[in-house]
Amino acid sequence: MSDLFKVNVDGVEVEVPKSYTLMQACEEAGAEIPRFCYHERLSVAGNCRMCLVEWEGAPKPIASCAQTVGDMRPNRDGSAPNIRTKGPYVEKARNGVMEFLLINHPLDCPICDQGGECDLQDQAVAYGRSGSRYEENKRAVEDKNMGPLVKTIMTRCIQCTRCVRFVAEVAGVEEIGMISRGESAEITTYLEKNLTSELSGNVIDLCPVGALTSKPYAFNARPWELRKTSSIDVMDAMGAAIRVDAKGDGVMRIMPEVNEDVNEEWLSDKSRFVWDGLARQRLDKPYVRVDGRLKPATWGEAFAAVKAALSKPADKIGVVAGDLIEVEQAKAALDLFRSLGVQNTDCRPAGAQYGADGVREHYILNPTLAGVEEADALLLVGTNPRVEAAVWNARIRKIWLWANLKVGVIGEAANLTYEYTHLGNSADALAKAETADFLKGAKRPMIVLGEGALTGPDGAAVLAAALKLANDTGAVADDWAGFGVLHNAAGRVGALDTGFVPGEGGAATAAILGGGMDTVVLLGADELDLSKLGSATVIYVGSHGDAGASRADIILPSAAYTEMAATFVNTEGRVQVTSKAVQPKGEAREGWAIFRALSDVMGKTLPYDTVDALRESLRENTVFAGIGYAPGAAGAEALKAIPEGAGSLSGAPFKAVIGDFYLTNPIARASKTMAECSALATALDTPVAAE
Amino acid sequence: MLQDKDRIFTNLYGLHSPELDAAKKRGAWHLTKEILDQGPDWICDQMKASGLRGRGGAGFPTGLKWTFMPKEVRDRPHYLVVNADESEPGTCKDREIMRHDPHLLIEGCMIASRAMRAHKCYVYIRGEYINERHALEKAVKEAYEAKLIGQNNLNGWDFDLYVHHGAGAYICGEETALLESLEGKKGQPRLKPPFPANAGLYGCPTTVNNVESIAVAGTILRRGAEWFAGFGRPNNTGTKLFCISGHVNNPCNVEEEMSITFRDLIDTHCGGIRGGWENLKAVIPGGSSVPMVPAEQIMDAYMDFDTLRDLKSGLGTAAVIVMDKDTDLIRAIARLAYFYKHESCGQCTPCREGTGWMWRVMERMAKGEAEHDEIDTLLDVTKQVEGHTICALGDAAAWPIQGLIRHFRPEIEDRINQYRLPRAMVQGAVIAAE
Repeated sequence: MSDLFKVNVDGVEVEVPKSYTLMQACEEAGAEIPRFCYHERLSVAGNCRMCLVEWEGAPKPIASCAQTVGDMRPNRDGSAPNIRTKGPYVEKARNGVMEFLLINHPLDCPICDQGGECDLQDQAVAYGRSGSRYEENKRAVEDKNMGPLVKTIMTRCIQCTRCVRFVAEVAGVEEIGMISRGESAEITTYLEKNLTSELSGNVIDLCPVGALTSKPYAFNARPWELRKTSSIDVMDAMGAAIRVDAKGDGVMRIMPEVNEDVNEEWLSDKSRFVWDGLARQRLDKPYVRVDGRLKPATWGEAFAAVKAALSKPADKIGVVAGDLIEVEQAKAALDLFRSLGVQNTDCRPAGAQYGADGVREHYILNPTLAGVEEADALLLVGTNPRVEAAVWNARIRKIWLWANLKVGVIGEAANLTYEYTHLGNSADALAKAETADFLKGAKRPMIVLGEGALTGPDGAAVLAAALKLANDTGAVADDWAGFGVLHNAAGRVGALDTGFVPGEGGAATAAILGGGMDTVVLLGADELDLSKLGSATVIYVGSHGDAGASRADIILPSAAYTEMAATFVNTEGRVQVTSKAVQPKGEAREGWAIFRALSDVMGKTLPYDTVDALRESLRENTVFAGIGYAPGAAGAEALKAIPEGAGSLSGAPFKAVIGDFYLTNPIARASKTMAECSALATALDTPVAAE
Repeated sequence: MLQDKDRIFTNLYGLHSPELDAAKKRGAWHLTKEILDQGPDWICDQMKASGLRGRGGAGFPTGLKWTFMPKEVRDRPHYLVVNADESEPGTCKDREIMRHDPHLLIEGCMIASRAMRAHKCYVYIRGEYINERHALEKAVKEAYEAKLIGQNNLNGWDFDLYVHHGAGAYICGEETALLESLEGKKGQPRLKPPFPANAGLYGCPTTVNNVESIAVAGTILRRGAEWFAGFGRPNNTGTKLFCISGHVNNPCNVEEEMSITFRDLIDTHCGGIRGGWENLKAVIPGGSSVPMVPAEQIMDAYMDFDTLRDLKSGLGTAAVIVMDKDTDLIRAIARLAYFYKHESCGQCTPCREGTGWMWRVMERMAKGEAEHDEIDTLLDVTKQVEGHTICALGDAAAWPIQGLIRHFRPEIEDRINQYRLPRAMVQGAVIAAE
C-alpha cells in the first residue's frame, strides 16, 4: 500500500504522506488554516475548533488539525476527497468560533502586552464580526501566580491548553492544568507556585493571546517599537538562536528563533530573561586601583598600568579565559601573550581535562544536539543536561517520550524529567555500563561526558575510559560519532579551538591561581577561587562588575554579547556569530580591540587592524571556515584512537558543576529577575520550619 | 401492545427478588454456555438479524458495532465497557435494570464480551446511583460465587466484570469521556478518529454499549433473533423501555413494543394526558437532548427512531417528557439550557462559550426581557454550536432551543410583547425606575 494519499484542496490536488494531518495537507496545497490550539511541536488537542474545513460529503465540518490524512477515504468514484478551506460554509463555521472566542475575551488590546503580536487579534481581523451580538456580562477569571517570569491575565485566556501540553510534554513538569469545567474552566498552576521548569518562559511564546505574558517585560515596550536583531545566545554552550529586541540603548527582551539543529524553537529561562542583567553592574569605563580603591581612569592611564604589570617575567604572568569569552578576544589575547612569551594561558577555569591534546573530537559534542533523535541509547556521564543545556534536555525528553530512547546516568542522580538507569556516582560505573541493559543491543548509542566528569585529577583517564566504552559499545562507527562532551560555557569550545591552553611548560588554571604569579589576567573569568593570589596584580577584562572585578587592580571594560558581532563555537563545534543589537556601554570596547590597542602599547603590534582581518587569520584554522556547521559524524575516524597514558581512574564521585542554574555567569548574577528565580528555587529546596 | 410473555425485563418494577435464584427462574443465565459456545460470529450475526439498535440514544445497530472489533486479539486485550452513566434528563431505564434485573445485564456483558473476544468488562455507573451500584455489585458477587463468571467459570469463557463508580458528570456518559474518566483522567471527550474499537480504554480495542443494549442480548439469543425482530416496524425492531414523565396521569417506566404510537403508549400505560388529549402541548420524545415535537405532530406518531427523525426530533433514550398547556415551554427550555451550560466540559470553544450564551439569552426570553431580533440571533448561535464541537454535547445543547423556536416562536414573541406592554406606555422615554 502506498504511503501517500491524494487530497483535493480547493481544487488543487496534492499528494501527501498518510501521516500528515489534513491541516498540513491544506498548507501543502497553499491554503492557510487559522488555528489557536494546534502547535506543531505539541500533541493535538483539537479544542479551539478554528481550523474547521469542509469535506465534501461529510455531515459536519472537520477539525483539520486532528484529522489524519491516512484515515480519510477517497470519493465513491475513487477520486481524491474534496476539501474546501474557503467558501461560505467554512467561513460561517470559523466566524462562529471566532465570535465565541471573543464574547468572553476582555478585548483590552490597548493595555495588553500581546497587542501587535497576538494570534487572536490577527485572526479576529480576518474572521471576526465588526460588532458584538453578545449582550450579557463577560466572564472574569482570577489571575494566577506562575512565578516571577510569567505574568497571567487569565480573563484573556481562550483555554487552548497549549501551555498545559507544553509543561506536560516538553518541560516534563505537570504543573499547569485546567480545573473546573464548562465556562468555569480555568488554567492554573493548582497551588499557585512558580513553575519549577527551566523552560517555563516558552509558555509566553506559545500563548496565542495575552493570558501569559512576560513579567519582566510587562508594559515596557510595544512590538512595533522594537529593533529586532537575530543573534546567538551565550548563557549555555548550546548557542541557541535568539532574537534580541532593543529599544534605544537597552535590550528590552530576548526571544527564541527557530534553529532545528540547536534549540528547535525553545529557549531556557536564563537565556530569555537575563537581559536586565545587561543593564546592571556594567563596567563602563576603565578603572585602576589607587591606594586600595578602584578609581576611574582613561584608557591611556589603564594601558600604562597594564604595561607596567605585564613587564614582569613572562613565567610570572598567567591568563585565564572565562566562560563567556568570544573567539576574537581569545585569539587576540592569545596572540599578544604568546608574543610576550607568556605560556601560562588557560581557558578551563574549572580545570576540566580536555583540549590539551589538541584533538578537537575529544572536546566537542560529536553526535550533535539533534543527533540524539537518531540515538536509541544515551549515557550521561557527570552531566545534568537539565541545568547545563536545558533546551537539549527537552529534546532528550522528547525522544524518550515518543521514540523510546533509553537513558543511563553516571553521576549525580538528579530529576531530569525522564526516567533513566542510574549506574553510579563515579567513573567506576563506566565498567558496568558496557553490560547495562539500556546499552545492550543499542544500534546508535550515545555517550556524553560533562565537565563534572572531567574536572577531577583523573579527568583525562575518565575521558579515555569513556572513549574506550564508546568504541566497545558501537557508539563509534563509520557514520556515527556517538561520543562527545557537553559543555556548559558558551566560550569554551571557541577558546579551545584557538588553542587557549597552556603553552610549552605553561601552567593551567589551578597553578596560575595557586599563588606565585606576579600578574594574573582574567578574561571575564569570575567563577574562580581568587583567595590565593597574594599580592599579584590582577587585570580584569570583562563586561560586568563581579568577583573578578572586585579583586582586580586594573579593569578594562569590554562589550557584552548583545553589543558586538562576535564568534562563538557551541558545544557541537558549530561556529556561530552574534549580532550587534545595541552599543557597548560607555567606554567599553570589543574584547579583541582592547588587545589590539594594548599590543601597540606593548610594542608587539598584532597583525590585524580590523575584525575582518582578525577573522581572516582565524580562518587559517579550517574549523572557523564554515559558519553554522557542526562536523557531527565526520569526527568518527578521530574517535577510534584511544589516548594512551591517561592514568588510572580514582573512583571519586563526580561533582555537579552547576550549583544554581540561574546564577552561572556575571550577566545572570547582575540580573534581578535571575536573582528572584534563584531565591524561589532555593526556597523550594529548603523546608520551612512548619513543614 | 406488548404481551407479558414477550417482556424481557420481567422484574422491571421490583415485584420479585433481584437475586440470582429468582433471576434464574425468570430465565437469566439459561443456556448461556450454549450461546457462548456458538462463537463470536454467530452471536454478532444473530444480533444483526434481531435489528437491535443501540439504546443509549444514537440508535446505531448493536450487532454491527460489535463486528467493528478486531477479528483476533493481538498484542492488546479487548475490552467491553458498559455505559451505565445514565444522566440524560428524563431517563431512568438503566436504573431499573440495575436495581431489579442486574443478572440480565451481567449475562449480557458476558455474551457481548464473547462476541468481541474480550475477557474484561467495566460497568461505569453514574455517580448518583449509589443503591444501583450496591445492587449490581451484589449481583456480580453472586455470579462470581456461583462461578457463572470469573476465571475458569462454568460457562467456559474467562470473564471478569468490574463495577466503576463515576463522580456524577453528565459528560462522562459520552463514550470517550467515559473512557478518559475510567482511566482516571478528567472526563473530557477524545477526538475521533481513532474510534474506541481501534484505540479505546488504555489504547486497546474497546466497545462502549448502553446498559439496555447489553441487557437484552441474552434474551434475544435465547428466544431467537426473529422473535425480537418481530416487534416494531422494519429497521426499528424489538422491545424498548420507555420512561414517561411529565404531565400524564400516571408517569411510569414501561417495556413496550417499538413503534407503538404515542397515543397508545400514553393511554395504555399512563392513564392519558393530564386534562385530556386536548390539553397536550408538546412532547420531548427522547430525553432532554432532542428537540420537542408539538402535540398535533406527536399524537399519532410511531415512537421509533425513523419516525421521530422525520419529525426533526429523535427517539434518543426514549425518555418521553410530556408537557401540557400549563407548561411554560420557554422556562422549561431555559432550564435545560442551564443544564447543558453546567455540564459542558469546557474543552472546546463553541460548547464552552456557546452554552453559557444560550442559557443567558434563554433566561431573559423566559421573562420576555429580550428584543425580537434576538430570537434569530439565538437561533444563529445554536447553529454555530451545532456540529462544530468535539462531542455531541454541543448538538444536544442546541437542539432543544432549535425545537422551541421552530415550533413555538410566536410564544416567545408574545412573551416579549407582554414584558414590554407596561413599559411601552411612555414611548421613547426611559422609565425612571429602571
